Amino acid sequence: MTTLGPMGVEGVAAAARVTSVRRRRHGSTPASVALLVISGIWLFPIYYMLIDAFKPNNDLLHYPPQLWPAQWTLANFQEAFKVNGAGPTVPQPSFLTSLFVSAVVALVVVAFSMAVSLFASLAVARFNFRGRGTMLVALLVAQMVPFASLLIPIFIELNKVGLIFTVPALIIAYVAPVLPFTIWTLRGFVASVPVDIEEAALTDGCSRLSAFWRVIFPLIAPGLVATSIFAFILAWNDYVYAYIILGNSGTVFGQTEETASVWLFGLINPSRVTPWGELFAASLIFTLPVMIFFLIIQRRLAAGLTAGAVKT
Amino acid sequence: MANVEYRQATCTYPGMSAPAVDALDLVVEDGEFMVLVGPSGSGKSTALRMLAGLEMVSSGEILIGDRVVTGAPPKARDIAMVFQSYALYPHLSVRDNLAFPLKQKGVSEPERTQRVLEAARLLELEPLLDRRPRQLSGGQRQRVAMGRAIVRQPQAFLMDEPLSNLDAKLRVQTRAEIAALQIRLGVTTVYVTHDQVEAMTLGHRVAVLRDGVLQQCDTPRRLYEHPCNVFVAGFVGSPAMNLDRLPFDGTVVRVGEVAVPLPGAAASAARQAGLSEVVLGLRPDALFPVTAGDSNGAIRLSGEVHLVEDTGSDAWVHLDAPAQPAPLRLVARADARHLPLVGDRISVAVRVAEAHVFDPASGVRLGD
Repeated sequence: MTTLGPMGVEGVAAAARVTSVRRRRHGSTPASVALLVISGIWLFPIYYMLIDAFKPNNDLLHYPPQLWPAQWTLANFQEAFKVNGAGPTVPQPSFLTSLFVSAVVALVVVAFSMAVSLFASLAVARFNFRGRGTMLVALLVAQMVPFASLLIPIFIELNKVGLIFTVPALIIAYVAPVLPFTIWTLRGFVASVPVDIEEAALTDGCSRLSAFWRVIFPLIAPGLVATSIFAFILAWNDYVYAYIILGNSGTVFGQTEETASVWLFGLINPSRVTPWGELFAASLIFTLPVMIFFLIIQRRLAAGLTAGAVKT
Repeated sequence: MANVEYRQATCTYPGMSAPAVDALDLVVEDGEFMVLVGPSGSGKSTALRMLAGLEMVSSGEILIGDRVVTGAPPKARDIAMVFQSYALYPHLSVRDNLAFPLKQKGVSEPERTQRVLEAARLLELEPLLDRRPRQLSGGQRQRVAMGRAIVRQPQAFLMDEPLSNLDAKLRVQTRAEIAALQIRLGVTTVYVTHDQVEAMTLGHRVAVLRDGVLQQCDTPRRLYEHPCNVFVAGFVGSPAMNLDRLPFDGTVVRVGEVAVPLPGAAASAARQAGLSEVVLGLRPDALFPVTAGDSNGAIRLSGEVHLVEDTGSDAWVHLDAPAQPAPLRLVARADARHLPLVGDRISVAVRVAEAHVFDPASGVRLGD
């Protein structure tokens, strides 16, 4: 007959629970291996960009490729910031200028879309008004329309109002597809804040506006961060809209207006040897801040996106 | 502190034909503990929210002190409200939750700190001041919600079923704490509940509402002993009053073969109204089992026991007494130490003086 040791029944049960928790935490080995392989496939281009940004030009086209640089250099970064491209009429902007344009566009898109979606989400989550249901359906439907398919209609509209080839035009073009997503997502966050809390703030001496800023706003902040990042990434990373809508006829600081993604592509020019080192260095500068920021807040972002989904 | 007055206050929700609260006239005296009680949909919470400024008053007036506040926003009413869900601010610590209304009021930092600490001491919240609401138990959250109301020293406390989310034991304990606190602070309090035991134990007066209409506002004792109509009679008291429609011959009502005389005033009123039937109301305490040997001259009803509820301190015996056209279902109070068994035939004596009589058509009380 099997007897239980000094641990007794409770001890065995506790041990089983620990094992179960451990198993759950670590997952199974095949799944871990699969995850590692997939992560490797995704991470390798980033790794390759990272090391190539620090390789001397001679080593970049070395065959077989060096997976660890034999020599390290910062020259590519210096060149990326120094060289202006060769625009046909006006000087192509420096990398720094294009970064500035990208940052301005992305930040204004974030600020504008957040300002609108914050109040719009409050309206659809809290107030009953005629056409509310239709508006919610429209928000959903708008998200189903592919981003690229909106390009030509938006181009035509912006051309009609005389805004085409300007930074404000690009900002409007980005805000249009961002808003349905941000309003829909934030609506979930606002709806998850119990009405009682808002009413408690009102009886505690707040006006409607101060109740919103002092109570609802802090509670939906994770949602605001999540949707801001979505808007920022869309505006920061996009190439097609920036290339078509901003074009190259506007100027900033006496140079053509370009976002960094368009500037990067401009380095690949059939009429000259592609400066791969500068391209990788500039790409790294372009992507790294967003990646680091994303890694820092990704836990909160995931929590934010799911927290608003279910009303608690 | 101030008195609170509803003057013909009505609230009709948009798109609804019937008002949620219909022409409510009610005065809550300064320092009084008024309980609004009624079943779901009776309008008790709406009445409270109208007072708080959270619901529009369609017509009529609401006064706090001598000030008409009918159209004033909640922040201008100087009231504090405790919600059923407690409605604590989840992103703030207990300390900041308590300080929140004071900050809104513009109270200086030193005074704020002092008042928060006083409230925390009163409610034994001091060890919890730096915790967030999610780190508190239900009872602790309830105390924080009370603290947030107390700290601002309002004209009136409004409480919307603040004990509903607590377990039975904690509810009884907290109920006593609220009663003690109200006596200590002496603040006018309007308290909403659907639990009539809570209403009877807490309220100096209790206002019973039904379908948005005030039925009766009286002391708990008076409500119990002199319900103004069938609804109040059936709603107040646990177990509920036995209410049965019975034939009336001008002097007595007949329960099967037994003639039960009515109290004089009630019989006279029924006679004057020319009623051939009345609704007879007997509280379970007005019926008590007797043995065959007891011959004290009391009116007796006999019946078969079909349920015995023993709550420890009390016991309730449910029996079917023969009557036409159908047997009467009666609940009688019994001695918990000598309980009959299900299926037994027992006799219960009737305290006729404690009988309540109502008009079967209008439901209004007959007699005094």
